[in-house]
Amino acid sequence: MPQKQPRNKKKAPSLWGSLDWLTIFIYMVLLALGWMSVCGACYEFGGTTSILDFSTRSGMQIVWIGTSLLLAFLILMTDDRIFESLSYIIYIGFLGLLFVTPFLAHDIKGSLSWIKIGSFSVQPAEFAKFGVALCLAKVMSIYGFDVRNWRDFIICIALIVVPMGLIVMQKETGSALVYSALFLMLYREGMPGAILFTAISAVVYFVVGIRFGWLPVMLLIWVFTTGLVLVYVERGKLWRLWWLLPPPLLAIYLLYLSLRDRVMSYCLIALFALGSIGFFYSADFMLNHVMEQHQQTRIRVLLGLEDDPRGAGYNVIQAKIAIGSGGLEGKGFLNGTQTKLKYVPEQDTDFIFCTVGEEEGFIGCAIVLLLFLALILRLVHLAERQPYTFGRVYGYCVLSIFLFHVFINVGMVLGLTPVIGIPLPFFSYGGSSLWGFTILLFVFLRIDAGRNRLQR
Amino acid sequence: MDGNYELEKRKYVIGGAAVVIIIVYLIRLFTLQLLSEDFKISADSNAFLKRIQYPARGAITDRNGKLLVYNQPAYDVMVIMSEQIGVDTLDLCESLDITRDWYERRMEEIKDRKRNPGYSSYTQQLFMSQLSTEEFSRFQEKLFRFPGFYIQKRSIRQYNYPNAAHLLGDIGEVNQADIDSDRYYRSGDYIGKLGVERSYEKALRGEKGMEILLRDARGRIKGRYQNGKFDEAPVPGRNLTMSIDLELQALGERLMTGKMGSIVAIEPSTGEVLCMVSSPTYDPRIMIGRQRGKSQRLLANDPRKPLLNRAIMGQYPPGSTFKTSQALTFLQEGIITPQTAYPCSRGFHFRGLKVGCHGHGSPLPLVPAIATSCNGYFCWGLYHMFANRKRYATVQDAMTTWKDYMVSMGFGYKLGIDLPGEKRGMIPNAPFYDKAYRNDWSGLTVISISIGQGEVNLTPLQIANLGATIANRGWYIVPHVVKEVQGMSLDTLYTKKRYTKVERKHYETVVSGMRQAVLGGTCRLANTSYYEVCGKTGTAQNPHGQDHSVFMGFAPRENPKIAICVYVENGTWGATYGVPIGALMMEQYINGKLSEASKARATQFENKHLYTPVEYSLQTVTQ
Repeated sequence: MPQKQPRNKKKAPSLWGSLDWLTIFIYMVLLALGWMSVCGACYEFGGTTSILDFSTRSGMQIVWIGTSLLLAFLILMTDDRIFESLSYIIYIGFLGLLFVTPFLAHDIKGSLSWIKIGSFSVQPAEFAKFGVALCLAKVMSIYGFDVRNWRDFIICIALIVVPMGLIVMQKETGSALVYSALFLMLYREGMPGAILFTAISAVVYFVVGIRFGWLPVMLLIWVFTTGLVLVYVERGKLWRLWWLLPPPLLAIYLLYLSLRDRVMSYCLIALFALGSIGFFYSADFMLNHVMEQHQQTRIRVLLGLEDDPRGAGYNVIQAKIAIGSGGLEGKGFLNGTQTKLKYVPEQDTDFIFCTVGEEEGFIGCAIVLLLFLALILRLVHLAERQPYTFGRVYGYCVLSIFLFHVFINVGMVLGLTPVIGIPLPFFSYGGSSLWGFTILLFVFLRIDAGRNRLQR
Repeated sequence: MDGNYELEKRKYVIGGAAVVIIIVYLIRLFTLQLLSEDFKISADSNAFLKRIQYPARGAITDRNGKLLVYNQPAYDVMVIMSEQIGVDTLDLCESLDITRDWYERRMEEIKDRKRNPGYSSYTQQLFMSQLSTEEFSRFQEKLFRFPGFYIQKRSIRQYNYPNAAHLLGDIGEVNQADIDSDRYYRSGDYIGKLGVERSYEKALRGEKGMEILLRDARGRIKGRYQNGKFDEAPVPGRNLTMSIDLELQALGERLMTGKMGSIVAIEPSTGEVLCMVSSPTYDPRIMIGRQRGKSQRLLANDPRKPLLNRAIMGQYPPGSTFKTSQALTFLQEGIITPQTAYPCSRGFHFRGLKVGCHGHGSPLPLVPAIATSCNGYFCWGLYHMFANRKRYATVQDAMTTWKDYMVSMGFGYKLGIDLPGEKRGMIPNAPFYDKAYRNDWSGLTVISISIGQGEVNLTPLQIANLGATIANRGWYIVPHVVKEVQGMSLDTLYTKKRYTKVERKHYETVVSGMRQAVLGGTCRLANTSYYEVCGKTGTAQNPHGQDHSVFMGFAPRENPKIAICVYVENGTWGATYGVPIGALMMEQYINGKLSEASKARATQFENKHLYTPVEYSLQTVTQ
């Protein structure tokens, strides 16, 4: 219908009319469920303070939710173009903030990512995602910019890696890893699938290699390499039996083929195979000599190599007990025992999903996960309908970040992904993360609401 | 605009990845939450601390309402191994008045899973039991210095009187066998070990309650689960009323000082045991608190075996008291009539066999034979019975008939008193003699059983029960020491009359004989003008030393109130100890008190010792 509006109609459709209310609805429901979970996680059996009392975390979370809603309203009230024009300044501002943070921070459990403002602590890393997303969107919307161009691609990588490095310096590896989610956006914008494929292959080699030894990895490399040759070069000529060669010999043969036939693809695939082998053998070295002790432990426990019920494994075991004890319908609001009695560590922040599992059961968990899925798919839809690259890139940044948080956080609680301390959006207690996610989401909603403005 | 529509398809890859992730997570949740109960159980054992609420054990009173046993608080020291790190051992040992060696041994014991199967370093383990109130208050002040050590209040038994130790028994910690046989018990629980504490354990103990507490990850208690909705209140134990008359019991114990043996008195009409003395005895109060082990060792090492309840565990030849049962059997079997007289010339002489007797007129009919306790009469009786081939085809048949009479009078098997450890005594039967004499025996071979010697053994309880049966003229109720269990009716075993195989009229004859024994026979010392006493002495031959002095009797003759057996080991003649002690006991019970003369005599007997008595009281044991 909007397309058929007469050209002379000067007035753009109202802000409220073009807002995506479905996303806002999902956001509100998730906020409400999140608050219930924080109540469940902080509730003290036999305690006298009300869950609404501001001295409790559940009470404070109301403050954060209230201010977040206010923030969302303010964002919707601004002009969407302001974000595009201020994006470089915002990015540079955040870089500066991230740079000074370790010097101003007070140590919280070994992390140097929190700075104190008055009586509140703020984690700049949670807000910096917004700056990076804006800046990437701005850079990539420049006329003629193409990720498939190596120079442009490296600019994108640099924009991502610099804040990542700064956050690693704050000893917040988990928050830094979130930025790797932005490669998903780069993929959408044209980054070769091979890069994403390589990255995922690397993770798979690493996990499989540590867990099952070198032979299955070699088998995987062989399958991947042969598959690539068949898909990209040979197109199904299986009758030549060269593909039966073991990976190292296969790689050498492919190099010979590339020199003989002057086909670049052979060379790249050979490099992939060699790189895979090299990566695999360096992975073991990485694990044992480069990674810090607690990271090593976490990975080993996750992969089932170490049984360590009182260390890192304890968290995962207790998380599974808490969730598993919820059953189909859960124990009911405020009736969970595992989370409240502090068997689950970080039960109101990183492990908040345990509370959902214990008190609301499988039904509650399924609702929460499906709401997140709905949010992400809706954001894909919204991003795709953006008329400009800026809005689309920014939208993909937002949804990639949400997807990564849900993937890692819920996966860690379920014992499927490594224990990486990042919050579950809208659920984990804390003002910084809630504000951060709200800003990310509502800036996108504001940009989306402006999509119907007359073409500039 | 890019115009590269190829790239737009990548949204399906990204959206698809999100869908796959969520589906994988939902499957994972499904297996965690719906396919396994293990996590639920783990969660419960994590969070719920089921604390046992101990019920108050039932109190015990005597038949007149005197409180005998009640509960008193004691304090156990508990330890949680994982928390007791860095405790100043020296200070702890000093505060608890224990040696370092003891401390280290105890710690090893606690950690030894073989001896302490329920061991966990995260739960409370018993370190030291039953601190007295003073010890507790001393330790309490310093408790804050010993992290990991806790005080648990327990209830232990206290006794008001130093009497009736064998009857009341005591409680102690359960052993592994107790735990294995009854799932009610857990390590550290108390259970009745002896006496009625053991036989009425289920009534006395009540039912444990359960408090469900919430425990956080560091083991701290965070309150009650659902405000105690699922808690179970403990059910207090039932009170017991013993049939014992404490004053009678105390007098009996006093009279038996320095003598080994037993006094059992029964109320014939009800089978209630009025007193049950076993000497030597001990003060039950030495079995409480931490000196229990020491006391137990002392008592177990005494060669006179004070822990043995001789009234039900001692198996003695009944001597001449047994002649009453023989008279009843012969009368009922028609071997004799009350007028039948047998000769006795200082004993039974037949075919070279001689059973001696003392001087009295001859021949004698039954009543004077009982009164004078004539051996010859009963030897002849048994001889005639066992040799009667008209009535019994073989001697074995005669023996079996005889045995059945004895069993019907409560001999040869446990009577079934409500105390643990009762012995059955010994009544020989035909196969027994067939085996012993290779089928070559006759009435003459076994003649001594007719006078309560030879193979016959009875417990003092069985002798007293014989007295009660005669007093009742032919029936008895299984003797029992508990008159009433609060809120429960007594087992029918203790209310049902059991008739012997002998008719009432024959009992009257025997009663006359026993009355004659008091008026002009062997029991003259028991005669009193207040009421008609019937009695029978016994002088049980003892191949190991002095003969045992026995008295069995009852009073008054009509509507008897008390039947009694006094058994004094090595007390020689029945009339020496048995009769006077029995007389004093009957006087105490029937008159409610002793006359001045009797008091003097009681004191005289109290000080008449057969051995130097060892006193087991709180003072002597704790020294």
